[in-house]
Amino acid sequence: MANNKYGILIDYEYCTGCHSCEVACKKEHDLAEGQYGIQLTEIGPWKINDDKWEYTFMPVITKLCDLCAERTAMGKVPTCVHHCQAWCMYYGTVDELTEKMTGKTRAVLITPEQ
Amino acid sequence: MADYKEFLSKVDRKLYHEGEWQWQEGEYTVTRTHQWSAPGCHNACGILLYTKDDKLEKVEGDPLNPFNNGKLCMRCLNLAEATNHPDRLKYPMKRSGERGENKWERISWDEAYNIIVPKIKEIKEQYGSHTIVGVHGTGRNINWQLPYFYNAGLETPNISTLFFSGFACYLPRVVGAAAVTGEFVIVDAAVGQEERYASKKWTVPECVIIWGNEPLKSNADGFLGHWLVQCMQMGTKFICIDPRLTWWASRAEVWLPTRPGTDAALAIGMLNVIINEKLYDPEYVEKWCVGLEDLTARVQEYPVEKVAEICDLDPEKIRKAARIFAAAKPAAVQWGLAFEQQLCCMSLIVAVCDLFALTGNVEVPGGMIMVRNAFGTQRNYNCGEEWLPAEAAAKKLNGDAKGIEESSIVPHADSNVILHALETGEPYPIKAMWIQSSNPLACPAMDSPRAYEAMKNVEFIVYADPFLTPTAVAFADIVLPVAMGPERNSVRSWWTPLRAMTKACSYYEAKTDEEIVVEFGKRLNPKAFPFKDDIDFLEWYITEDGNWPGTFEDLRNQGWAYWDYDATYYKHEKGLLRPDGEVGFPTPTGKLELAPFMYYQWNLDPLPFHLEPPESPISTPEVYKDYPLILTTGARSYEFFHSEHRQMPTMREFHPDPLVTMHPDVAEKYGIKQGDWVWIENHRGRRFKQKANITLGIAPQVVSAEHGWWFPEKEASSPALFDTFESNSNNVTLQEVTGQGGIGNPIKSSLCKIYKVVEGVNDSVSIGEQVVRGDYRDGK
Repeated sequence: MANNKYGILIDYEYCTGCHSCEVACKKEHDLAEGQYGIQLTEIGPWKINDDKWEYTFMPVITKLCDLCAERTAMGKVPTCVHHCQAWCMYYGTVDELTEKMTGKTRAVLITPEQ
Repeated sequence: MADYKEFLSKVDRKLYHEGEWQWQEGEYTVTRTHQWSAPGCHNACGILLYTKDDKLEKVEGDPLNPFNNGKLCMRCLNLAEATNHPDRLKYPMKRSGERGENKWERISWDEAYNIIVPKIKEIKEQYGSHTIVGVHGTGRNINWQLPYFYNAGLETPNISTLFFSGFACYLPRVVGAAAVTGEFVIVDAAVGQEERYASKKWTVPECVIIWGNEPLKSNADGFLGHWLVQCMQMGTKFICIDPRLTWWASRAEVWLPTRPGTDAALAIGMLNVIINEKLYDPEYVEKWCVGLEDLTARVQEYPVEKVAEICDLDPEKIRKAARIFAAAKPAAVQWGLAFEQQLCCMSLIVAVCDLFALTGNVEVPGGMIMVRNAFGTQRNYNCGEEWLPAEAAAKKLNGDAKGIEESSIVPHADSNVILHALETGEPYPIKAMWIQSSNPLACPAMDSPRAYEAMKNVEFIVYADPFLTPTAVAFADIVLPVAMGPERNSVRSWWTPLRAMTKACSYYEAKTDEEIVVEFGKRLNPKAFPFKDDIDFLEWYITEDGNWPGTFEDLRNQGWAYWDYDATYYKHEKGLLRPDGEVGFPTPTGKLELAPFMYYQWNLDPLPFHLEPPESPISTPEVYKDYPLILTTGARSYEFFHSEHRQMPTMREFHPDPLVTMHPDVAEKYGIKQGDWVWIENHRGRRFKQKANITLGIAPQVVSAEHGWWFPEKEASSPALFDTFESNSNNVTLQEVTGQGGIGNPIKSSLCKIYKVVEGVNDSVSIGEQVVRGDYRDGK
C-alpha cells in the first residue's frame, strides 16, 4: 500500500553538527530561547579501536515541527532540509524516502504530525 | 551519496525567480545577492534577503546559486538579528571624555570629514604620510578597498593586520605555494565549475588530507568546508592531521594527532616514504618537476622513526598515510592556519607543496588546481600601490620578510616593526592610525596587553566598525558606523565566481567600506579618487583593474558569473599559466620547483626542515617540568567569526562562554570538571580563563583554547573594556618571535599549566585592571 505521508530522512553518518537546521528552524518559527523544532544530539567521541572512533551528531525532530507547513504549501522544502550544509537531510513521501534509505546503515526517517 | 543532479532537477526555478535579482513576495521585497561581511566570514554565499520598510526581516539560502546551493551556516541564518541589533553604531561619533571613558558625542558625517581630513593632511605635511598606519581585519569587505584607500588616500606604505606578528595568517601559504607552483593552489571541490559536482570535466578526489584546520567551522579562504562533505559522500577518503579529533579525524582513514608545531617534520617524513619507496609519479616528475635530487638528499635526514619521535606519532601510521596519499589519484591537501602559526611555516609550506607536486596532483581534476580571482579581479593587499608616493614607499616598516634586495615576501608592512616604532619612536614615531573592520585588542593582537600599551602612543585614531568594540572604547578618537552586508553594494571574487552584493536595506547613517573609502579618498587625494560614488569605484575594480566585460549593473542583474579560466584543467599543458604563453608553470624554471628558486631570493632554505617550537618539552625541558601541557590557541566554532557575533543572543544561546578543550586524563589530574572556569597560565605569569570542555577527542598533552572573546554584555568603559582581557588567549602569546624570513609565529604551540578559578582566592583582581594600570606581570 502506498504511503504518501511526508517525512524527513536524515542520513546522520554525514551530519557534521553545524547547527544550521536548528537555527533555520528557530528563525522560521520564531522560537524562544531553549525551544527547538529540531535539536542536535552529540554522541562521543569515544574510541572503538585503534583506528576507529564513534563521533556522531544527529538532529532530533521535536513536537514543535510542523514540517514547515507554510513553506511546503508554497512548494518549498522544510527550512532545515533546505539549509542543511552537510547535505544529509531529505524531504519527501515515506515511499520516496524509504527507497532512498535502502542500503544506508546510519539513517533515520521521521514523520512528524501533519 | 547526495545526488546533485537530482537536487538540481527538483529546485523549482520559477518559485525562486530564476534570472531576477529582485521581486515582490507578498509584503516582502526579495533581493537575490551574496552575503559577505559584516558580519563576516571568508566566503560570500548566495542569499535571498526579505526586506520590508527598508528593514531586513528574514533570509533564505539561494538554491539556484552554485556556490552554496541554498545552504547557509548558522551565522547567515541569523543575519536579521545581526543587522537589526540594538548595539549597532548608528552615527559617527567623536570622543567627549578621556580615552577609555566611553563618552561620545554624536556628530554628522560632514563634521567627521571636517575633523579627520584636516588632521590627516596636517600629519602628512608635518611628519610625512608614512607616519600613519592603516589597519584592516581579515577576509572581509576590505581586501582591496582599504589597501586602495591606505595607499592612495592616506598615502602610507604601512598597511597591516596589526599586532599579528609573523604574518601568521594565509599570506605565507599564498606566497610559499606560488614559489613552488608559480601561483596559488586549492583543493578541487568543483568550485570552478558552474555545474559543480555534475560537471563531466571534474573528478572526485580519491583522498584529501585535512591538515591543520577544521574547514567546517572556519570556512577559510574562499573555501566552504562542507563542499568536502559532499566529496566524502561521493567517495573521497580522508587523512586528518590535527591534535584534535575533529569530525574529519573521526571519519578518517588515518588520524595523525601530531604534536603542535611539528607539522613540517611530519611532512618530511611522508616525503621520505614517498621518495624512498618510489611512490611518486615518475612521469609527472620527469616532465613537470625540478629539484628531486636535492629533496631526496634532504629527506634522508628525516627517517620515519625520527619523525615519529619528534611528532609523538606511531611511525606505521605515518607510513600508512603517506602510502594512501601517494596511491590515490587524484589527491589533494586542504591546509589551514596552523601552517602559519608555527615557526617552521615556510618550510612546512614547501614540504606539503612537494607532496602534491611529486604525486602528480597539480592542475588535475580533483587535485590541487591553480585558481585566479574571476575576471582578473586579482589585486588585494597591493591594490592602489601605484598611488603611493616613492618617498613614502621607501619608508615602509619592513623587517626580515624583506628578503634579498628588498624583494618583499609579502606586500604588508611588518607588524613587529610597527610595534617597535609605536613603542620606541624608532625609526620614526607613529602619529595616526586608521582602523577599519579590525578589533586588535580582542582578536589579532598577540600579547594583547603589550599592544594596549603600544597603542597609547598614537595621538589620533580613526575607528570604523559596525559595533563599538573594546579597541574602539580604549583608543578611538572618532568612530565611524559601518554598514552590514545587506546594506552594501559590492563585489566579491575570492576565486570564483565573480559575485555581486546588492543593497537591500539601510541602517541610520552607517556607510559601506566603499562609501567611506571614496568619501574620504576624494577629500584627501582627489586625483586618485576620480570615482563618483561607491558603484563607480566598484566598476573601476571589476572592469579596469579586472576584465569583467560589463557594468556593475550587469553583474547585479546576473547575480554571479563563472569564468572559463578557473574551469579549465591542465592549464600548464595549454600554455595558459605563463605570461610568455609557453607550456609549463609560471616559475623561473617553468616547472614545479621542489626546492623553489624564490626561496633563495627571499633568503630562505628552499628545502624543508624541522625547527623545534621555542617553548616545548624538548626545547625548554625546565619550563616543561612545571608547565606540562601544550597550549594551542585559536580554535574556531560555528557560532563566531573571529571576534564578531559575541553580541548575538542566538549565537550565545548555543555557545555562551569561551571554551578550553582538554582530555579527561588532564581534567582529572587537575581536579577540573566539565564547565568549570579554568585558568590557563604560562611561565611568564600570564594567564586567561575559559570554561572547561572535556573530551576524549584531543591528544592528552594538548589543551586547545578559543580566541576572539569579549563580552559585549559587560561594562564598556576602562578598565573592563567589555572584559576583553579576561578570557583572551593572546594574554599568553608573544610578538616578535618569528620563523625564517620573519614569517610564522608559534601561537599554536606554547607551554602552560591549568588550574581551577576559585573566586576570591585566585581571581581577586581583574586582568583588565592590571593591564590598564600597566602592571600585568605575575597574573596574581
